[in-house]
Amino acid sequence: MKFSLGPLLYFWPKATVEDFYQQAMHSDADIIYLGETVCSKRRELKPKDWIALANRLTESGKEIILSTMALLEAPAELMAMRQLINNGQIIVEANDMAAVQLAQEHGLNFVIGPAINCYNLATLKVLISQGMTRWVMPVELSGDWLKTLLQEAKDDGIRDSFEVEVFAYGHLPLAYSARCFTARSEDRAKDDCRYCCIKHPNGLKMNSREGQQVFVLNGIQTMSGYCYNLINDVPELANLGVDVLRISPESLATLPLVSDFKQQLTLNKRYPLASNIQCNGYWHNIAGMSLAQ
Amino acid sequence: MELLCPAGNLPALKLAIDNGADAVYIGMKDDTNARHFAGLNFNQAKLKKAVAYVHQHGKKIHVAINTFAHPGAWHRWQEAVDMAADAGVDALIISDIGVLQYAYQTYPELERHLSVQASSTNLASINYYHKNFDVARVVLPRVLSVQQVKQLARNSPVPIEVFAFGSLCIMAEGRCYLSSYMTGESPNTAGACSPAKFVRWNKTELGTEARLNEVLIDRYTDEENAGYPTLCKGRFEVAGNTYHALEEPTSLNTLELLPELAEAGVVSFKIEGRQRSPAYVEQIARTWRDAMDTYQRAPQDFSVNQQWMDTLANLSEGSQTTLGAYHRKWQ
Repeated sequence: MKFSLGPLLYFWPKATVEDFYQQAMHSDADIIYLGETVCSKRRELKPKDWIALANRLTESGKEIILSTMALLEAPAELMAMRQLINNGQIIVEANDMAAVQLAQEHGLNFVIGPAINCYNLATLKVLISQGMTRWVMPVELSGDWLKTLLQEAKDDGIRDSFEVEVFAYGHLPLAYSARCFTARSEDRAKDDCRYCCIKHPNGLKMNSREGQQVFVLNGIQTMSGYCYNLINDVPELANLGVDVLRISPESLATLPLVSDFKQQLTLNKRYPLASNIQCNGYWHNIAGMSLAQ
Repeated sequence: MELLCPAGNLPALKLAIDNGADAVYIGMKDDTNARHFAGLNFNQAKLKKAVAYVHQHGKKIHVAINTFAHPGAWHRWQEAVDMAADAGVDALIISDIGVLQYAYQTYPELERHLSVQASSTNLASINYYHKNFDVARVVLPRVLSVQQVKQLARNSPVPIEVFAFGSLCIMAEGRCYLSSYMTGESPNTAGACSPAKFVRWNKTELGTEARLNEVLIDRYTDEENAGYPTLCKGRFEVAGNTYHALEEPTSLNTLELLPELAEAGVVSFKIEGRQRSPAYVEQIARTWRDAMDTYQRAPQDFSVNQQWMDTLANLSEGSQTTLGAYHRKWQ
């Protein structure tokens, strides 16, 4: 089993991003996903900077993938994505069918990211025929769902044609909107956002009126209020034949967590998880925010 | 230019057709469609009656098969496609790539419309569905500004359908798991958002509380109108302020954009609300028919009639309407 660092979902200053990935080169991660997947207005690193960073990181011997945007609305956003896809060396994670289309036009393989709705065998088969090498399961799906689907893939003789990656740690990306909720929290529209999400390196908490942390606002993205954590489920994930576990960057403290996850393959430790901070419900086929102990 | 109305049952379907819909859209009585609610939708016998009524009146009927197929249950999605094709419907509204492939290969002559749940918001994505599954129409998610819709309509190889009126999804459709995060059931997997079985109301000293799977979505004083606790339309606390952090309870109404969208070449104006009553569908269909006829008779002279707006506001969530993402300031 391999371990990946997912694309950074928050908006951090360029120096913070560079420092994070400098240290990530020395982490236990086997795969690093790089790039802006949430908002095209976030340009601390432009597409050419992400490509340059990706090229630098490949020297570390890790597998590098360039992640692309989930919600593309403007022609300029497609142009920027075309630039990422045409980098000549590194394959991309598609988070919208636009990326699949552009990769196909250039005869390139791709990873299907968690923002693409690939839920079943019939869809997997279409995407494999078009160049998919790895599938990141949508975050709302369960272990039961995956187990049934992988058995179907095996019965159909295609299980060896693709890798499976599961989002295993971090605040879950749950929804994308035209509206920027961070700007709205400052009573401004998206066109006048003043890049305010850079002030919230871990997003902005959205609580119920009795203090329950329901969601995290991250620009146009809405994330889970609780931090998803499948650390106690690593042995089961490995048994199911999951190829890659994704750890989503929250801060520099995320990097040693990659090692903790990796050690679970042999240690199988029981980590105590707190129900009002962490969750694992999706994997256990209950409400995503719930925690199965 | 088509007026496309929702129908959750035969009475609603008949009223939609009788009051001016050019086409109606319906779903099957299972989790293959995104309005999988108790007491709603069509079994095979009702589907045949629906097709007969619509075709007798020279109108069209579309069937939404727009959730994502479950492993171990592919047959349900396949049967929904087969049943609709067999009944002689005019179009299938599909979101799942696997289901699209099946429909394309099995019934190439039956029109495929790309469901809003497929979240296709840009030209490259539309090209993908055009090239691979020869879709005849794309239903755009409610995340684009009117300028962006116009630009797409000009350049798209496939005709464009837009949402004109009804409940407002503020997230890109097909890309919202907020409901499954809170309840375990999402539009993609279960065909429902904020399902009624998880809703609980209770009166407290602080007001009437509306909860979804025990999470407090909103609390209302006696003077306030308590709405259904759709989880994105409650009041929450962010950075010390309590407000509708995602969106107010409001409905989308694009009547004033009708000329702009029509000139841009949008082919179909879709009304949301298969879960609504026949009386609701009747009033919306009549109002929009009147507006569209008025526009088509004299496009240059079109102006929004206040009576239409009043009727539509009365049928809206919280009696409020918005232009939603069509208007950039909303974003």
